[in-house]
Amino acid sequence: MSHLAIAPLLLPLLVGILLLFMRHLDIRVRRTVSVAAVFGQIGLALLLAGALSSGDILVYKLGNWAAPFGIVLVADALAAWMLLVTALLALFALLYACQGGDTQGRHFHVLFQLQLFGLNGAFLTGDLFNLFVFFEVLLLASYGLILHGGGRARVRAGLHYVVLNLAGSALFLIAVGTLYGVFGTLNMADLAVKVAATPAQEQGLARAAGLLLFTVFALKAALLPLYLWLPAAYANTSAPVAALFAIMTKVGVYSIIRVYSLVFGAEAGPLAHLIAPWLLPLALATLLVGMLGVLAATGLRQQATYLVVASVGSLLTAFALDSGAGIAASLYYLPHSTFAAAALFLLADVIASQRGKHADSFEPGPAMARAVLLGGLFFVTAIQVVGLPPLSGFLGKFLLLRAALEHPAAAGVMAVVLLGGLLGMIALARSGSLLFFRSMPLAEGESPPPAAPIAVALIPVVGLLLLGLAMTVFAGPLQVHVTNIAEQLSRPYLYVHAVLGGRI
Amino acid sequence: MEALIAISIGVLTACGVYLALRGRTFPVVLGLTFLSYAVNLFLFSMGRLSIGQPPVIRAAATAYADPVPQALVLTAIVIGFAMTAFVIVLALKARAELGNDHVDGVEQP
Repeated sequence: MSHLAIAPLLLPLLVGILLLFMRHLDIRVRRTVSVAAVFGQIGLALLLAGALSSGDILVYKLGNWAAPFGIVLVADALAAWMLLVTALLALFALLYACQGGDTQGRHFHVLFQLQLFGLNGAFLTGDLFNLFVFFEVLLLASYGLILHGGGRARVRAGLHYVVLNLAGSALFLIAVGTLYGVFGTLNMADLAVKVAATPAQEQGLARAAGLLLFTVFALKAALLPLYLWLPAAYANTSAPVAALFAIMTKVGVYSIIRVYSLVFGAEAGPLAHLIAPWLLPLALATLLVGMLGVLAATGLRQQATYLVVASVGSLLTAFALDSGAGIAASLYYLPHSTFAAAALFLLADVIASQRGKHADSFEPGPAMARAVLLGGLFFVTAIQVVGLPPLSGFLGKFLLLRAALEHPAAAGVMAVVLLGGLLGMIALARSGSLLFFRSMPLAEGESPPPAAPIAVALIPVVGLLLLGLAMTVFAGPLQVHVTNIAEQLSRPYLYVHAVLGGRI
Repeated sequence: MEALIAISIGVLTACGVYLALRGRTFPVVLGLTFLSYAVNLFLFSMGRLSIGQPPVIRAAATAYADPVPQALVLTAIVIGFAMTAFVIVLALKARAELGNDHVDGVEQP
């Protein structure tokens, strides 16, 4: 049994604990260790993706107990894809934090590594209860991170975030408990087998549990109407944390894709396509409402949060199309939207640092010292986020629209996605012109905002944009790769067989 | 016994939801605690209720209690404790930062 599947869990956990012991050492040492660990995770994710390239599914039995009696970690192509996206995003968020953000509170690097531990665990786990446990791990770390630096607005938004997620955890446990009560197992592969053979008198209960689980994942993914926590929480936290949290909503999306393609997917017998009637309308509504929020935002960071909401709508629209091409489109769109949103959060922070008391709000302020550089980067980021040619956002949207062609509701999907894109473009064009073109001369006696050095701060932003560029240049091979992942997801018996072996 | 457990879970949940919807942090924390008690009881009872049955293999036993929900509920209790401790500290911090204990940070008349 290869130990590769558990390595992405052990590395951040051990480094996180190590960093706790190193808390009295110089901050540069801790930064080096933390960044090295993230590089290690990128390496591990690449190794794992390489090991799975032939279409294998790695199953790691903890304590060598056979599934479904023991706990398993399952590394399939989707999990490896998510691990890679997370590690790449984490690198740039961490590089940004290392420029001073990490000293505004205590234990930033410890929490950051534990957050990655929770994220990686959620992607790799093979049973629902451990999905709950890893959700709690990543949430507890995120509670610490979201409050990092402190301050009134941050504490208030953080309190809402924590209370809402605690209520979500209670719902998660009720759903998991009901599923256990009906099927007597929580191993996802075993559940997939048992759900397909649900006896008639248990169908109502199983359906209720499945939909309750969907509610929980929708809360994590910020799907309409459960997105209200996101804008306040993300707009008020520190920039690197907001950038890292671009992946947090995607954990909810990942859970929806995993559970509703494997357990309640096309082969689930009486419970097949459990959430199909709900997902597409909700996803389209999320996309539209998110874009309306983008239009109405009063500051750049707030605008970025609503773009995150809208991107969840796009992603789940693609998944709800319920075709291989749709899933492939959502898997291509997922890293794109994550990197683009993170770049926008970081860029908004740099812009805010250049505008003195006006920060990132959309009001005319004094001209920025490096307006050309910042404006150029904002232009590229906006193109990337909205999905205009030639960058990866356009390709993602193109794949989504092409997948929608074969769907019965193609006209509606296209109308909403294109309208959403238009609204986003209008909103970002307006923000750009307000921030960069409509500058005011300084008032009498007012001193210009200090021109902080920004070249180093922009490296992570440029890095994230380059990732988007790479996704454009290598769109061909990547598309083949995501199509293979979608292919694997559309055949859940591969997963079931890998986990349960001959025990079916 | 089933009815008693069911009613207890229902009452705990109702109290929890009511308190969690209150406007001040202290009742909200209490409400979340009640909710987690209700959830723990629910999770435990999902292994079916039985009295005096061993959960592990024993030669003389004729029937067994399901050990898995007991393990699950233990995990859930530990996590619930940690989360409650955290949210209490956070509520105190919010009280200090915002100057009052309303969840929105604004004193309502």
